[in-house]
Amino acid sequence: MAEIVLDEITKRFPDGTVAVDKFSLDVADHEFIILVGPSGCGKTTTLNMIAGLEDISDGELRIDGKRVNEVAPRDRDIAMVFQSYALYPHMTVRENIGFPLKLAKVDKAQANQQIEEAAAILDLTPYLDRKPGALSGGQRQRVAMGRAIVRSPKAFLMDEPLSNLDAKLRVQMRTSISRIQKRLGTTTVYVTHDQTEAMTLGDRIVIMRAGLIQQVGSPQELYEDPVNLFVAGFIGSPSMNFVPGTIADNAIDTVLGRIPLTDRIRTTLDAHEAPREVIVGIRPEAFEDAALVDGSRGAGVTFTAPVDILESMGSVKYAYFSLENAHVDSEHLAELERDSGTEEIGQAQIVTELDARSQVREGQNLEVWFDPDSIDVFEPSSGANLTAK
Amino acid sequence: MATTARQRTGWTIANVVVAIYALIPVLWLLSLSLKDKSTFTDGHFIPRKWTFENYVNIFQVGGFLRPLINSIGIAVISTVIAIVFGTFAAYAIARLQFPGKSLMLGASLLIAMFPQISLVTPMFQIERQIGLFNTWPGLILPYITFALPLTIYTLSAFLREIPWELEKAAKMDGATPFQAFRQVIVPLAMPGVVTTAILAFIQCWNDFVFAISLTSSNTARTAPAAISYFTGASQFEDPVGSIMAAAVVITIPIIIFVLIFQRRIVSGLTSGAVKG
Repeated sequence: MAEIVLDEITKRFPDGTVAVDKFSLDVADHEFIILVGPSGCGKTTTLNMIAGLEDISDGELRIDGKRVNEVAPRDRDIAMVFQSYALYPHMTVRENIGFPLKLAKVDKAQANQQIEEAAAILDLTPYLDRKPGALSGGQRQRVAMGRAIVRSPKAFLMDEPLSNLDAKLRVQMRTSISRIQKRLGTTTVYVTHDQTEAMTLGDRIVIMRAGLIQQVGSPQELYEDPVNLFVAGFIGSPSMNFVPGTIADNAIDTVLGRIPLTDRIRTTLDAHEAPREVIVGIRPEAFEDAALVDGSRGAGVTFTAPVDILESMGSVKYAYFSLENAHVDSEHLAELERDSGTEEIGQAQIVTELDARSQVREGQNLEVWFDPDSIDVFEPSSGANLTAK
Repeated sequence: MATTARQRTGWTIANVVVAIYALIPVLWLLSLSLKDKSTFTDGHFIPRKWTFENYVNIFQVGGFLRPLINSIGIAVISTVIAIVFGTFAAYAIARLQFPGKSLMLGASLLIAMFPQISLVTPMFQIERQIGLFNTWPGLILPYITFALPLTIYTLSAFLREIPWELEKAAKMDGATPFQAFRQVIVPLAMPGVVTTAILAFIQCWNDFVFAISLTSSNTARTAPAAISYFTGASQFEDPVGSIMAAAVVITIPIIIFVLIFQRRIVSGLTSGAVKG
């Protein structure tokens, strides 16, 4: 159990690239913290620096108040789970899990007891005498977990431990990782590029981009109050819709119609001295089929457009609209698109999440309603959220 | 596949042809070594008159035992030293970044390609000066020199195949760099090490150029060189029978060596290490 403090940690590679730039974070004891961001954002480098597998170029790393920059990985008492599991193929599961104990010269009987306990937690008892080659992906992943938990380290570091599992198993392992962490109460730093994993697992999430922290907060905070376009686009699935807008006469003109400014939004926009040209962000969940909205309808904004594609998920329906002149050109979003591989699509799409009762069909015109107070307004060049608290 | 049976027959025939082609000289050697003097030139593949006289002769009259011991001792020591240093060097080349890495690889390649014969005269002079001439170390030294490039090259290729994350994992599990190397990397590299060791051993074992030039008596003369000194009972007698017997004898250790280790030369040992 330990508190980990990263104090302006910087990683500069010999060729001059800065992978992590003045990264400061306090990870409290027992906390489950997630580092998330697109590939190449420096999250794995940060994790490796905590582990001691990469040197820290600048700044200080403290574990339990002690500076450990120069301490070798084996003396930091931290366990790590690798993306590839990194099991020793020539050892049985028992030997794999027991390897840290063997190196620590724990006596045989005690080591065996600890191995059995770890195996019991992870349901690995029947496989103890098999070699990793004879195990399934999920079992291998659990062996890697077992090797980490067996010696009760001060902290766990996990580097995308679930990314090699298939979708169903990933959800299962996600909950079991969460359960094990709660049970052992070990400080955990978890790296992932999957925002769903980040949202479901973490006590707090650190969103990184190009070596810089964008925002740190609980999943709910990040969802409700993203500080900039990047965070807003990254968190949430399907991701937030962005359209260009022009502020004029107490309203914002967009392809979705004229959105009147509510008091809350007007105040924050004034406080931030918003420019005329802005980017408006609306989450798919904010939309609704106008036919199903009653009562508060008067306060909302509606637009009508033909439904391009309709996906029924059972519990909800996703309606996709293609709108002209709706594309937002922003480097902040371009990076996210590059990461998800959707950059070539280029065309702006509006995704709306509708109630399952909606009667709409593909190709039909649909009137869509949304609450003008649910929008976020962003400054186009810096990407800053002008409506943040 | 409908052609499976035909393909299999085709391959079987091809394999048999190749095996026969490779084995005929060896069998011929064996046949000659077992023939009696009087039937040497009768041209029969299977000897008419069997005899083990040639084998008895090379040990009793020819004193072949001492060169054989020299050969085994020198080849084994050279192989062991070359493998130990070669593994360390290959590991460094495969895993570490250091200045002069490509220079080192280039230099070892250069040594491997260097014509050995051109080194014989200088080596002869040097070894005589420093007292290494006609000694075991006098042969072990050049053998290591020429075995090292081979071991470094083959082993670094093997080591590159071992996922680096295993080593990181070992470090996180509390291993010192040497423990990680010894307990994780080396066991996984074992098939590569064994294969390389066999190659290095054969290279040392088969050497003739250095063995004949850097020795002058049975103190250090190895088997291939000793064979060239075989004489018949009189100057009119051809020592072919003895040479054949000796040639068969020096093939045996290599066969044993390969048979012992072939079990270790298994691929796929790393399966299950990383995602699969």
